[in-house]
Amino acid sequence: MSISKKIVDDFVANDVSFITTVPCKQLAGVIDEVEARPEIFHIPSNKEDEGMGLCAGAFMGGKRPAIIMQNTAIGVTINTLATLTQYYRMPLPMLISYRGELREPVACQVEMAVHTKALLNQMNIPTYHFHKESDADELDAILKYTFMCNKPVAILTDASFWGGYGDQ
Amino acid sequence: MIRSEILREIAPILHDNLVVCNIGLPSQELHMIDDNAKNFYMLGTMGLSSSIGLGLALAQDKTVISIDGDGSVLTNLGTLPTIANNVADNYILLIVDNGSYGSTGDQPTYAGKKTKLEDVAKACGCENVVVCKDVDTGKVLQEAIDSKQMTIIVTKCDSGNIKLPVITMDPVVIRDRFMKAVAG
Repeated sequence: MSISKKIVDDFVANDVSFITTVPCKQLAGVIDEVEARPEIFHIPSNKEDEGMGLCAGAFMGGKRPAIIMQNTAIGVTINTLATLTQYYRMPLPMLISYRGELREPVACQVEMAVHTKALLNQMNIPTYHFHKESDADELDAILKYTFMCNKPVAILTDASFWGGYGDQ
Repeated sequence: MIRSEILREIAPILHDNLVVCNIGLPSQELHMIDDNAKNFYMLGTMGLSSSIGLGLALAQDKTVISIDGDGSVLTNLGTLPTIANNVADNYILLIVDNGSYGSTGDQPTYAGKKTKLEDVAKACGCENVVVCKDVDTGKVLQEAIDSKQMTIIVTKCDSGNIKLPVITMDPVVIRDRFMKAVAG
């Protein structure tokens, strides 16, 4: 089974039925899989804070939401995480491509990578880092944890997890 | 008319529907005029009223009215293509366009200058865009609800504010009672 399919299977098994995405090269496979699943309403966002607003509304409408985005989005969404998701105590699994880690070809991506965990830590956001494919075995438990505690939870997935970038 | 006068006039229409209300004075005014469980007050996060409302409308069947301002829509202009491309016929976006950032001291917005949000919405692909005068807001809003078609309303009004207190309700209480009203 592909890792993208396994990840989306875990979302579906946990009743996540509303997913917003902002694309990243690393996430292309999982976004395709989200789009392909009839159990999931896939709504692409133009910016990640907008996506978190959509997720907040979907949650209040009775759906379990998730957002799929790049780690650069942490810089975009700090205010939304603090004043919407956390302040109103809403659950939000955030599947995040962790750009700027080992095997990264684009130097600028490193500039946000070095801040990513520090920012998540400063925000008291529970953070998991998938480095090897087997790390995704915890995704089911992470999703259950997210909807148990009603918090945003970050799942950082680096290039090694996705098997590198392929030909550049 | 200024925004608070419009809200007072349309409050009986809003009362029967789920309302997501913009940060700052709009939420404070609605809270003062007709506080009820079907109102979701934004206490922060400028710009996301339309997004929260759209997500809510897509997730369930009841009519949702997002009350937004011209300044807040400009803050989150990417919302309009998302709305246009994800049609929810139980969704109405009511943009109270007074051409100014009311909650921060009535600084002019670009919507009060050359930018026409109704034209932006149409260019983004929104199909039912209605522009109205402040005095016609209630009539236009009721027609939009009755049409059962996703509608963007841009109501043109005067800038100006009334003095009133901030909302002191706990956000989790606002959210919890709203979710019970959504599910009820």
